Amino acid sequence: MSAILKISDLRVAVDGKPILKGVNLEIRQGEIHALMGPNGCGKSTLAYVVAGHPKYEITGGTIELDGINVLELDPCQRARLGLFLAFQYPVTIPGVKVSDFLRHAVSNVRNPERKEGEGLIPMKDFRKELKDRMSEIDIDSEFARRYLNDGFSGGEKKRMEILQLSLLRPRFAILDETDSGLDSDAVRAVSEGINKLHGPHMGVLIITHHERLLEFNKPSFTHVMLAGKIVETGDASLAHDLHANGYAAVRERHPAEAAEEQAVTVKA
Amino acid sequence: MSTDLAVQEREDQDVGVGDYQFGFHDPTDKYVFKSRRGLDREIVYQISEMKKEPKWMRDFRISSLETFFQKPMPSWGGAVEEIDFQNIFYYMKAAANLEKSWEDVPEDIRKTYDRLGIPEAEKKYLAGVKAQYESEVIYGSLQEDLAKQGVLFTDTDSALRDHPDLFREYFGKIIPPNDNKFAALNSAVWSGGSFIYVPPGVKIEFPLQAYFRINSENMGQFERTLIIVDEGASAHYVEGCTAPTYSSESLHSAVVEIVVKRGGRFRYTTIQNWSNNVYNLVTKRAMAYGDSLMEWVDGNLGSKLTMKYPSIYLMEPGARGETLSIAFANNGQHQDAGAKMVHCAPNTSSRVVSKSISKGGGRASYRGLVKVEKGATNCKSNVVCDALILDSKSRSDTYPYIEAEDDQISLEHEASVSKIGEEQLFYLMSRGMTEAEASAMIVTGFIEPLVKELPMEYAVEMNRLIELQMEGSVG
Repeated sequence: MSAILKISDLRVAVDGKPILKGVNLEIRQGEIHALMGPNGCGKSTLAYVVAGHPKYEITGGTIELDGINVLELDPCQRARLGLFLAFQYPVTIPGVKVSDFLRHAVSNVRNPERKEGEGLIPMKDFRKELKDRMSEIDIDSEFARRYLNDGFSGGEKKRMEILQLSLLRPRFAILDETDSGLDSDAVRAVSEGINKLHGPHMGVLIITHHERLLEFNKPSFTHVMLAGKIVETGDASLAHDLHANGYAAVRERHPAEAAEEQAVTVKA
Repeated sequence: MSTDLAVQEREDQDVGVGDYQFGFHDPTDKYVFKSRRGLDREIVYQISEMKKEPKWMRDFRISSLETFFQKPMPSWGGAVEEIDFQNIFYYMKAAANLEKSWEDVPEDIRKTYDRLGIPEAEKKYLAGVKAQYESEVIYGSLQEDLAKQGVLFTDTDSALRDHPDLFREYFGKIIPPNDNKFAALNSAVWSGGSFIYVPPGVKIEFPLQAYFRINSENMGQFERTLIIVDEGASAHYVEGCTAPTYSSESLHSAVVEIVVKRGGRFRYTTIQNWSNNVYNLVTKRAMAYGDSLMEWVDGNLGSKLTMKYPSIYLMEPGARGETLSIAFANNGQHQDAGAKMVHCAPNTSSRVVSKSISKGGGRASYRGLVKVEKGATNCKSNVVCDALILDSKSRSDTYPYIEAEDDQISLEHEASVSKIGEEQLFYLMSRGMTEAEASAMIVTGFIEPLVKELPMEYAVEMNRLIELQMEGSVG
């Protein structure tokens, strides 16, 4: 039976200011969903909140993975439960080798009961697996010895996120603008990477401004977010339409949200 | 480290892996000689008598004691005024047949050694167990190899007895007793430490470690180390260990003197992790002659207060000096550590890299001096200090001093202070790391550029130790 990631009436504030105002979303393992919307509508906030970033205040609603209340778990527990966020801006950790980092991550996610200091997955098996995954995503094996994201180009960082995705094999992955800031070759590489990884055991939420990522990874559902709410849900053609025509028509169809969006923009 | 110098009258503190307040000690009745508390001429005489030293050393000790009394306490650095010099035992000699068994070593300490992955023989050494080493044969043959090449490696007391001329030529010449109050104290009451002489052109490939000297007195409270690296010779000495070094006495005040002659290379690596009751006030100085290279790699953990600024005097053209320093200040600890580079000749160069971490209310200070004497043209010096602060209770300071009497020089100083980033923690945690594991990873990465300079087994221990220090520190 496939698992469900269920977000119900999720309300989130930052510094007292409401950002998400009742988000509802259900993703099943094996499905691809696209989440689109203009800048500042709350897409990245949703991604961070699902992963458990501490700076957000949950003011209402729930996030459940197979009936487990995710909001009570810290980011580490969520990762071990099978949630993954590919960061829009992957963080640099100087002095920490990619291979050491990945070996710890893989050991923890595959053995959710592992405590710090306990054994890691065997080096030999891990090395082989890492080498295989790196060659699939076309990352030079020399990167294993480099410090995590230190001095990486934008494209290299995004590929590193996809490498993590491929090793951690989450049940649900959120890709937060994994295509932003990349040239078309890099987008293609990343898209193909995701396409290879996607299967019946992974539900994917792709957050994007663009359509390119979706060409390789055709969504079953496209959601449009406006002022902290999902205002419309459609199929792949909706994504195409938004890409071609922008959000004017969506705003016309949802004047109340468009007004809120306006108010926020003016205040900012 | 030495248990035969150590005695503790007050109750041991709580034992806990997280904060390294270890304590175990021998019953005092096992000592054949123990001076009374306090410090005066009579006690210094007694020490010299017990050791059957020549008159010149006894005179040296007595005059050093006078210097100690005259010198004021340093008014900078840490809170040294709390030290009660009259409440300390300055010398104790263990009974020759003192045998402590491994079973007597408290469980917690044994566990910590296990968790640090320290080899069996070394564990026993660290715990002060005078047991039969399975590897004694190996160390024995090592000693033999060195001896064939004319290398002297012994404890300092034996060196005074067995190599009096060589000893006297250098002892107290690099750091004279009147250098500072604590150097004077050490000069008056010193005992133990390492003595190394490497003859011209001899290159020792493996690091010399104190625990090779299993037949002799270990390091102690007022150890005194003297190392002479002759022309074109090279060696690496490693002192201490990342395991918690229990000292029952509250004051550790060592002096380390080093001479690296023309074309020689020497590296001195120290990793020390003192128990939380210890004032660790150490004077370390090297003189580097023409085209030589002197390197200090200095790791300081634990202690109540550490004041330690390894210095290098670049005496002749072409001399190079390098200091890599790591300090970790945890709850209740003040690490005031740094480096001193004195350019006495033209075309000399120096580099200082300092990394400090403060956590749980600890305080880490970098204190450094780069001095360029008049006429020392074309000198280069580069100082980089990075501090990592793990929480809002902790503190980091930087006190860089520059005194330049010549202007044909290039001096660079960079300092950075960073807090452990919420974004870094979140990123690692979102990949399944616990908060403690994520923090440890960030800290390990921060000091990685220095740790990779350590011999392999020390690097591994250092990283494990950082993990232990980070455990239980966060919700």
